[in-house]
Amino acid sequence: MIKARLKKQLFTVQGKINLEIDFEIKKGEFATIFGKSGTGKTTILRMLAGLADPEEGYIQVDGQVWFDSRRKINLPPQKRQVGFAFENYALFPNMTVRQNLEFALARDKKEPYFTDELLNMSGLKEFAGRKPAELSGGQKQRAALIRAIARKSKVFLFDEPLSALDTETRLWIQDALLRIYRRFGTTTILVSHDLPEVFKLSRLVFVIEEGKIIRSGSPADVFIKDKPSKDFVFAAEIIDLQKPDKRVVLRIENSFARIVFLEEADSLNIGDKIMVTAKQLSCTFKKREEA
Amino acid sequence: MGYDLRPFVLTFKLAFFTTGILFIVGVPLAYWLAFTKNKMRYLAETLVSMPIVLPSTVIGFYLLVFFSPRHCVGNFLESVFNIRVVFTFTGLVIGSVIYSLPFMVNPIKSAFQNFPVSLAEASYTLGKSKFMTLWKVILPNIKPALLSGIAMTFAHTVGEFGVVLMIGGSIPGVTRVASIAVYGETEVMHFSAANFYSAVLIAVSFAMLMLLSLANRKRPGFNG
Repeated sequence: MIKARLKKQLFTVQGKINLEIDFEIKKGEFATIFGKSGTGKTTILRMLAGLADPEEGYIQVDGQVWFDSRRKINLPPQKRQVGFAFENYALFPNMTVRQNLEFALARDKKEPYFTDELLNMSGLKEFAGRKPAELSGGQKQRAALIRAIARKSKVFLFDEPLSALDTETRLWIQDALLRIYRRFGTTTILVSHDLPEVFKLSRLVFVIEEGKIIRSGSPADVFIKDKPSKDFVFAAEIIDLQKPDKRVVLRIENSFARIVFLEEADSLNIGDKIMVTAKQLSCTFKKREEA
Repeated sequence: MGYDLRPFVLTFKLAFFTTGILFIVGVPLAYWLAFTKNKMRYLAETLVSMPIVLPSTVIGFYLLVFFSPRHCVGNFLESVFNIRVVFTFTGLVIGSVIYSLPFMVNPIKSAFQNFPVSLAEASYTLGKSKFMTLWKVILPNIKPALLSGIAMTFAHTVGEFGVVLMIGGSIPGVTRVASIAVYGETEVMHFSAANFYSAVLIAVSFAMLMLLSLANRKRPGFNG
């Protein structure tokens, strides 16, 4: 269980904002923090990890107080037991992938089989001897993620780990994240500004705007305004749009659909993230053969 | 040829000790200057860089006064510890350490300041202390700056003149280093000896700086 109440003044590109949030996350939950850039999402993670100090507030994790401005408690990052994945990977350039992992594990008893398990899980086994400069973006991110989880911390904090990656890599890593989450059941907080990702990974989402939580709940409750109905709602991205023909190509997860739309779509553009609602008449479900 | 080779021995011995001491002192000092929020750092930064702009004779002069057995510090060292600083090799080392300080500290300090904060933070979240982070993460990744600190200090000490002349005098075999020998030989019109010392100094300095630039070629950046 994470209980946090945090206050801090932030100086962003858009100007000064007062970050002021209060939230609770149950043990073993996968939560996302969703919002535009420059709204304080990363700062929240950094305050949880002890890399930034709130001006005022309180952080308690599994009954242990990590920060309390009134009682002047402020555990250093070394004592907080968080696994932190940075947006820019932050792999140590002087170490190979394996050495990065072993560095993370060094203080605990060395578990060579665990290192190997993590390498296998992330598909990095054959790259274990490479240094970060010799890896692709996706490989670096996988390495950064397994390094973050290597210490089996109480909380995993992932700061937009997937934002810089191409779609295919991103989907692959999302699946890997889910596998990791199911394997360890560790409380996880992911910062993201990608709706499909929020739907796919988390059951609890906090929407942040200007330093405040404006909505929270399950992604469906938060993002789908209508009551449960017979309609389908997909998070999709517009890949191609031909307004005169009223044709649109959408990406939904990693599959594509070409659709004729009826309503006007003047405000839409290629690259927009949209919600698609489809009225259904009757529905049949058939189990899919796994490829 | 029959030239006295002791000035070279002295020069390199001096450069070796100076570089060694400065490396041990310079890394922690650079770390403090780079990361402290203490206001004293501005004063310290200024003092560290003073030798770059001051004539070396000025530093030599005050060191001479400071350590003179006729003044309190020099007198104290001599009467209590039986250590004499002026006109000895110890004096040369002290003078060189002060004079070459910025050449060790400044490149290492810049490297600390330019070092990506997230790498150090990653190490902290992995439970590693500041010292372990410095030792295992920061220092191995700023090797080019360390190398250039070492090489520049060494080369600068080899090329020192004013400080060593003032505090060391020019005692053959004791404090007469190669740069002073050039001056001494010229003064007594031994041009071939002066030429010999000068040529060797040029060759050595050139070789050192060349090696440094070869060692620092093509290093991957911090895109890890």
